Amino acid sequence: MIQDILAHYNYWIIMVLMMIGIYIVASRGNLIKKIVGLNIFQTSVFMLYITMGKVEGGTAPILTGKPEVFSNPLPHVLILTAIVVGVATTALGLALVVRIREAYDTIEEDEVRDQDNATVAEEMSRAAR
Amino acid sequence: MIAALEPHLAILQVVVPLISAPLCSMLRRGDLAWMMAMVVSWLAFAMSIALLAQVMATGDISYHVGNWAPPWGIEYRIDAVNAFVLLIVSGIGAVVLPYAKKSVEREIKPSRRAHFYTAYLLCLAGLLGVTATGDAFNVFVFLEISSLSTYTLVALGADADRRALPAAYNYLVMGTVGATFFVIGLGLMYMVTGTLNMADLAARLPELGANRTVDAAFAFIVVGLGLKLAMFPMHVWLPNAYTYAPSVVTAFLAATATKVAVYVLLRFVFTVFGTGFEFAALTLTWVLIPLALAAMFVATIAAIYQVNVKRLLAFSSVAQLGYMVLGIGMLSTTGLTATILHLFNHALMKGALFLAIGAVAYRVGSTNIEAMRGLGKRMPWTMAAFSAGGLSLIGVPTTVGFISKWYLVMAAIENGWWPIAVLIVASSLLAIFYVWKVIEAAYFREADDETAIQEAPMSMLVPLWLLVLANFYFGIDAELTTSVATTAAKAFLGGGG
Amino acid sequence: MTLELALILTLAIPSLGGLLVAISDKNPNQREAMTLISAVSLFAVVIWLTQQVAAGARPALHLVEVLPGLSLALEIEPLGMLFGVVASGLWIVNSIYSIGYMRGGNEQKQTRFYICFTIAIASAIGIAFAANMFTLFIFYEILTISTYPLVAHKETNEAKSGARVYMGLLLGTSIGFQMIAIIWTWVATGTLDFTSGGILADKIDPTMLPVLLALYMFGIGKAALMPFHRWLPSAMVAPTPVSALLHAVAVVKAGVFTVLKVAIYIFGIETLSTTGASEWLMWVAAFTLLTASLVAMTKDNLKARLAYSTISQLAYIVLAVAVANQLSVIGGALHIATHAVGKITLFMCAGAIYVATHKTEISDMRGLGRAMPFTFAAFFIGAISIIGLPPMGGTWSKWYMALGAANEGLLLVVGVYMVSSLLNVGYLLPLVVRGFFFPPPEPARSLGAAAVDEHHTSSSGGFAEAPLWCVVPPCLTAVGCIVLFFYADPIYQFLLPLGRP
Repeated sequence: MIQDILAHYNYWIIMVLMMIGIYIVASRGNLIKKIVGLNIFQTSVFMLYITMGKVEGGTAPILTGKPEVFSNPLPHVLILTAIVVGVATTALGLALVVRIREAYDTIEEDEVRDQDNATVAEEMSRAAR
Repeated sequence: MIAALEPHLAILQVVVPLISAPLCSMLRRGDLAWMMAMVVSWLAFAMSIALLAQVMATGDISYHVGNWAPPWGIEYRIDAVNAFVLLIVSGIGAVVLPYAKKSVEREIKPSRRAHFYTAYLLCLAGLLGVTATGDAFNVFVFLEISSLSTYTLVALGADADRRALPAAYNYLVMGTVGATFFVIGLGLMYMVTGTLNMADLAARLPELGANRTVDAAFAFIVVGLGLKLAMFPMHVWLPNAYTYAPSVVTAFLAATATKVAVYVLLRFVFTVFGTGFEFAALTLTWVLIPLALAAMFVATIAAIYQVNVKRLLAFSSVAQLGYMVLGIGMLSTTGLTATILHLFNHALMKGALFLAIGAVAYRVGSTNIEAMRGLGKRMPWTMAAFSAGGLSLIGVPTTVGFISKWYLVMAAIENGWWPIAVLIVASSLLAIFYVWKVIEAAYFREADDETAIQEAPMSMLVPLWLLVLANFYFGIDAELTTSVATTAAKAFLGGGG
Repeated sequence: MTLELALILTLAIPSLGGLLVAISDKNPNQREAMTLISAVSLFAVVIWLTQQVAAGARPALHLVEVLPGLSLALEIEPLGMLFGVVASGLWIVNSIYSIGYMRGGNEQKQTRFYICFTIAIASAIGIAFAANMFTLFIFYEILTISTYPLVAHKETNEAKSGARVYMGLLLGTSIGFQMIAIIWTWVATGTLDFTSGGILADKIDPTMLPVLLALYMFGIGKAALMPFHRWLPSAMVAPTPVSALLHAVAVVKAGVFTVLKVAIYIFGIETLSTTGASEWLMWVAAFTLLTASLVAMTKDNLKARLAYSTISQLAYIVLAVAVANQLSVIGGALHIATHAVGKITLFMCAGAIYVATHKTEISDMRGLGRAMPFTFAAFFIGAISIIGLPPMGGTWSKWYMALGAANEGLLLVVGVYMVSSLLNVGYLLPLVVRGFFFPPPEPARSLGAAAVDEHHTSSSGGFAEAPLWCVVPPCLTAVGCIVLFFYADPIYQFLLPLGRP
């Protein structure tokens, strides 16, 4: 039983990272921290692919002319793509945070929400008039 | 030269908008960028018509990118279903662009307009890519391309209302979580089958039998896509995103983005996993149907209490997506036909409605119900279009909304699920309340002030009325749409790949 | 003139008329002329068609296939022909009357008014000539939508809430019940074509037949079966020509027409009577009949009283259908014609009274008969027709309905008919009696009322007849009531194919 758990230690790490990532996204109100959480979450997925692609005794999938056992190159390719996507997402997210700071003067989610609720309340009272 | 390009139509469909996006950005000036975007959108529409014609004539198209054979190379596979969806996406794109010029000039700062069209073309390319591709990971890539550009487009609404920024941010967070879930599911499937080509997956999955990894993969994929298509209760990003985005963006997104996500769900559930997949059948019946019903009612009731018409229509969209998910859950030809039909019909309906409300925003500057007072007199054509779209939402005969409802109720009755048939009808009736709120404000209330409001400009009215007339045309002669939808439904249920 | 051309013309003429009215917006006389020309030419085509149908022809036309297996198609049979004649004929009368009423009252938004009329008549014709339930349902809904602006015409808060109830109940029942019934029928039988003898014979479990019938009957909200009758009195906020249209020409008649069509051509009279699927309907219809009559007696507002009278008279037809007997069904069909002519007379008189005196309550109308003899005489004739006494047309329709019930041995139903006719006397005749035989109210009241209106001369009681355009139409239809008495037999012969399976 312990052997089973230890044999799959990569999956345990992946799960822990995934949960930490999602927890940060859900529980932290600071917008930048949310993006950090998102990144951790995405990193766990990268780990899933990469560890999945490892072949026992395999080396880096680079053709050198000598016959060798290679690790599966496809997950590496996939993850490169996913990393790029992740970087783009982070960049966009951070750019949005900058704009939010400029517009709201804060990067705390609850303060932004309070300001928005105030705007909505003002709109409703104008509508009622 | 066109003949030389023809075999590459499948990839050109995606590449042309993709390449023209950075070109747009280099153009700097808003009107030049608009011109380029319009030409490209129309080109894309023409290409999708050609693709559909080709598929109907000669059968499925299989295009190997870079001439690498699948399953190692990426394959673009066009059959009747995604040719249809390509048509919807590029069609809406083509119709919305002429409308966009004036609307964007009003709502977005001059320095950002070229970037708007850049992001728009990227979004279009992304959506077309998601639809055309036959490789599962490629779906993820293009899904993220379209999503990232969507977040940008929504954020561009900040020039008019700063609340677009938190809306875009929340959409980003939720959308990324969804896409990542999708990728996890994909990874699990790759782990057990060794392939990412959808047709190949469909062939290999049945050999595995009952496999917990595959079940987990299915769950991750459904949840991931559910976030993207705003399935209840993962719809919370939608109302804010639709409300605060620029009018053109809302119209385009409402008509395309979620539809493409529904298409991907259909593709995965029926083609890749296949109907033999036990876990899928259970999920569909016990998870999708209750969620769909919840969407139909909760969203409709929420819509009734809204003060902002864009937000009202956003909640209405969540309810309509509930109908589509309900059709999937029925697991019958008629139910799937209803879903695919509604993909098309809802695009027409919501496209028209959001374009109309965009025209109102253009002239009046606000989209609250109180700003709509007396508009029936001052913007007669716009409000007539809105009323037509509203009637379509309720499901009055001669509109496309009726055709969708007919198939949905028929599917429920064929399954013997009488309570569901009643619920479908009941939620349609509830829609009368929120449609009538707007109609009464426009036609029965006098405007508060006497500022001269003109009718919307021609460049906005023509695309708007094109969609409205399409609403009625396909509501009276639904032959084309129903035959495509039925063929597609049978293909989905008859077997994978 | 071929049969198909005539069929297309029946839909094209009112639609084209609507367009012509729209472009004649700036020229009221031209606009009114467009309405009248459309009405007269429509009636001419319909009459020509009637002659063909009487000779045995069954004109049919396939328009467009909407869904696989379901098309928009037209086909005329005797019942539809009758409804078509009633609708198109009374449109002419109603148009003349509308012109007088709208001009006399200087009403707003007249162009919209006339356009909606043309669309409503076009949909009524569509309902009359529908070849299958799908087509009928489509035109049924178009009728609801096109009459909404008519009901809400005055655009006051009252009009808005009345129109809301109207739309809410009609759309609610049609989408909520009727659509489900139609789809159920489609799924069970694979067709929605109107067929002699019905299409449900062995396709549906006999215990479910009453449920399906209930979905249809309550789904046909325009037949004002309780408890979905509220839209009718709410629609009284509309100007009187609209009420005349609603309660005589198009909307309610479309409702009971649909009831008859469903009973005869979807269920089949044989099926209904052998399975007893409509027994519950007898009770509901009888209840509606009597309750509406009783409520009518309590109403002082003339239009409200006439509204509840209509609910009651519609229930006669539904009851006749529930009896499911050849004679009663023909009587019900005949009642469409006789009630239409009678009720439109009554409503037009009510409107004439309003235009001339601005009075709406019956208690105010004492002695008015002497000042407005023609109006009150027409009202009297119309009332007698509704009550069902000779020499008015209403006699025959009630006669056949009662005879049909007696043939089935349903003496209780015959009793219900009799009691209700007595109640009819109770709520219709007092107005006439008060008008002719009671003295007018005190001068102080009449002076106050007369000071408000400018367009009468001061004569006895301060009132005179309404303008000619408002008085001639009701007198014409009153004469029509008498004519129907003598010409009931040709109509009966014409309708005979209905009862045969």
